[in-house]
Amino acid sequence: MADSDVILEMRSISKHFPGVKALDDVTMTVERKTIHAICGENGAGKSTLMKVLTGVWPYGTYSGRILFNGEEMRFKTLKSSEKAGIAIIHQELSLIPELSVTENIFIGNESSRRGLIDWDDARRRAEAIMGRVHLDVDPDTPSKNLGVGQQQLIEIARALSKDIQLLVLDEPTSALNEEESENLLQILRDLKAEGITSIMISHKLEELVRSADAITIIRDGRTVETLKAAEDGFDINRIIRGMVGRPLDNRYPSHQSNAAQELLSVKGWKVANPIRPDKLSADDVDFFVRAGEVVGFAGLMGAGRTELFRSIVGRSWGNYLSGEVRVGGRAVDTSSVPKAIEAGIAYVPEDRKVLGLNLLDTVSRTIVSAGLKRVSQHLLINNDMEVVAAEKARDELKIKTPSIVEGVDKLSGGNQQKTLLGKWLFTEPLVLVLDEPTRGIDVGAKYEIYSLIFQQAALGKAIVVISSELPELLGICDRIYTFHEGRITGDVDAKATNQEELMRLMTGVGPAPANDQTGEGAS
Amino acid sequence: MNRVKEFFGGSLRQSGMIFALLFLIILFQVLTGGKVLTSTNAMNIINGNSYVFVMSMGMVLVIVIGQIDLSVGSVAAFVGIIVALLMANFGVPWWGGIVIGLLIGAAVGAFHGFFLAKMTIPGFITTLAGMMLFRGLQTYIGNSQSIPTPEEFWVLGGSSANGSLPDWGPDFGLNNSTLLCGVVAVAFLWWSNLRTRKKRLALVGQAEALWVTVAKSALLTVVIAYATWLFAAGKSDLPGRVHTALPIPGVIVIVLAIFYHVLSQRTAFGRHIYAVGGNRLAAPLTGINVPRTYFFTMMNMSILAALAGMMFIGRSRASGPADGTGWELDVIAAVFVGGAAVYGGIGTVLGSLVGGLVMAVLNNGIQLMGLGTEIGKIVKGLVLLLAVTFDVMNKIAGRPSLIGRLMDGLRPKKDAPSDAAETKAETA
Repeated sequence: MADSDVILEMRSISKHFPGVKALDDVTMTVERKTIHAICGENGAGKSTLMKVLTGVWPYGTYSGRILFNGEEMRFKTLKSSEKAGIAIIHQELSLIPELSVTENIFIGNESSRRGLIDWDDARRRAEAIMGRVHLDVDPDTPSKNLGVGQQQLIEIARALSKDIQLLVLDEPTSALNEEESENLLQILRDLKAEGITSIMISHKLEELVRSADAITIIRDGRTVETLKAAEDGFDINRIIRGMVGRPLDNRYPSHQSNAAQELLSVKGWKVANPIRPDKLSADDVDFFVRAGEVVGFAGLMGAGRTELFRSIVGRSWGNYLSGEVRVGGRAVDTSSVPKAIEAGIAYVPEDRKVLGLNLLDTVSRTIVSAGLKRVSQHLLINNDMEVVAAEKARDELKIKTPSIVEGVDKLSGGNQQKTLLGKWLFTEPLVLVLDEPTRGIDVGAKYEIYSLIFQQAALGKAIVVISSELPELLGICDRIYTFHEGRITGDVDAKATNQEELMRLMTGVGPAPANDQTGEGAS
Repeated sequence: MNRVKEFFGGSLRQSGMIFALLFLIILFQVLTGGKVLTSTNAMNIINGNSYVFVMSMGMVLVIVIGQIDLSVGSVAAFVGIIVALLMANFGVPWWGGIVIGLLIGAAVGAFHGFFLAKMTIPGFITTLAGMMLFRGLQTYIGNSQSIPTPEEFWVLGGSSANGSLPDWGPDFGLNNSTLLCGVVAVAFLWWSNLRTRKKRLALVGQAEALWVTVAKSALLTVVIAYATWLFAAGKSDLPGRVHTALPIPGVIVIVLAIFYHVLSQRTAFGRHIYAVGGNRLAAPLTGINVPRTYFFTMMNMSILAALAGMMFIGRSRASGPADGTGWELDVIAAVFVGGAAVYGGIGTVLGSLVGGLVMAVLNNGIQLMGLGTEIGKIVKGLVLLLAVTFDVMNKIAGRPSLIGRLMDGLRPKKDAPSDAAETKAETA
């Protein structure tokens, strides 16, 4: 730590939006050659702070000072901060899908000789940068053919091509699976060794604790504290306490399993991949969920869990070949989404902003949108019934909104997720399938979603949770199925398993060796 | 300021457009020395622009689902020439002409809908093809000639003595039919507003303050009363008529406005249109049949285009080769000025009508001032650009409002507490 000097200092940053104080006297010091994490609940002001830093909110729209390498910076645009050596990578990737990896890396920053780009040279330089981010693909591949994880690496490569000193990543791992996340964190550590400092916003606390050198906690637009790995060490409970302003003794609400008789059963489910009909996306899948039971589906990204449930609920994915769905022992027709709703199955999609919600709609219209018949009389929607339904949902799910006619785009992530849940609960399903129900929402909101899940289970509903976060599945499920390449590879008791065993099953390696005592819970 | 907010509630944007319209009317009233707000001119504005009003109610739905229909002018002219020919040469009665015209509109709409919904050809291309195709067919069928329409048909365009609501009963100095419409509208308004408020109170225990309901209703009462007086109190110069009255095209527009407002806001089909336009990926997962929604929205547009075409040949008393030229642009402009979003998902039937009225008053005022149509085009072009610029700027600012932006000064600073602040408050 001999050369531990300060690369960035943000002093007393305050930023107002009409009626809201987004940042209130935030101070943060980032040391050179570190990975500096920022955490806080959604709406705490993390992203706003980074927008101030990178000139998205130009100088003059905030108060306070930014010192970069000891000099005061007054960024007017994103471009000017980039010029100074700061690059930001957003959660939403900004690659152009049709362009190749090389083109994407150098776009907007093409080096040309007499107006012409030397593509051979560009490709050579791209390969060199790709090596630094462990991106092992053909530089001529169109970026649309790559996975999310690899696309993110292209973004980092693009930033590196501009000779930056400080890399800002806004929730870089939220869309990645464990393996890809680990790879990304390793890259950040490598870059650190090269001398590049990273600032990283993340909700995945375990990850931060493992990789960060310092963590700044922000709550309600104020800095709570900055912890340093070298001095304080990281205590997850202390971080959570700082984020939410209250101790969260348990990150998962207590829950007594009250599984009763079988409610949902799927037998012999076979679905062909719509693009490659010779490939089976679901290969003879059998599973069941009991009433009152919370059942998890674990699998690596691309294992086909989402596809499986979308093929079951309304056949909205893939080409159905064979299989039977029973609800309460009775065979049901789920060949369209309205029929599935009729049969009592609700699928709450992942990615609420892309697949779940119409962000232009109001809370009340969203709540009733999947069950318009329930608020209609003589073919007309009854406004009074709609208001009653929406107020009831707001009340029961504790959706924080000034009014039910507020646009859902104005709600925080957690409240959007609750609204989405409310939309599907309004159809009064017997079986509730939740796909990544807590992605991108903060710790406090997660806890509330878990409570709602348990509440529905206690009402005798069969609950399926698809999640990429293994601790979450272990924390809330009664039973977990593992899914690998279109097949169920395990059915384990959540109380008697652990992440290692799940990972083995998810990767198709098979159950734990016999001498491993954690394996005994697997059935 | 709080009172202002309470009064306008969530609909500040639409109020904004209404203010813009009011502003224009007053502006031209002053500039022309009082020529705008006369009974005859009001009837002229309605009759002369009814085709835009009628089609804008279909176009807004097309734009909300994220499509566009460029064919409406050609379709209107195509239907117009067939109906005129059938009535002139084949002895088809006027009502038969209307029925056949609407059926042709439905068939043309099904044609567009098929290519959009089943063949997944973007509406822009489908209807661009339709625009050329039906224009060509119109010229071919009509042989570039003008075909006169029978007198009964003129009623549709408001261009005969029977083209406005009839006189009857004792003379109060107003046209009694129009007066009756006004009275019924005001009565319904008060009954409906007070009932809604009472029901809200009973059901969820909260509603807007009583003074807000009363003030809103009173304001609308004044508007309706004035409009009634404006249309009904003039001296008619048509043979056999005493008073001016609400013209038949106006009646058609009002009936359609009620129908399409209810269709778009209060039926499952209407909600589906907004859902598809707002998020095309989420809609099917909510159980919405996206192709079906596309199909019927396009079909509806062409039916309205057919009706507009027939109203127009009623007004001009003949179907001519240049009918419907450039209408699609007038209609699309009206919808965007009326607050529809360029990328779909946002827009209302009533807003589009106000947008249409803004454009109509602009046109009319400029004409009355004795300026040429070229000035009208320049001003309308600028107004459209301005309106959509505000829309896009609002999108960037994360607010889907349009002229509401103009009224920002009126907008009370909202104390939208951040989520984190509320979490804290809850745990405190």
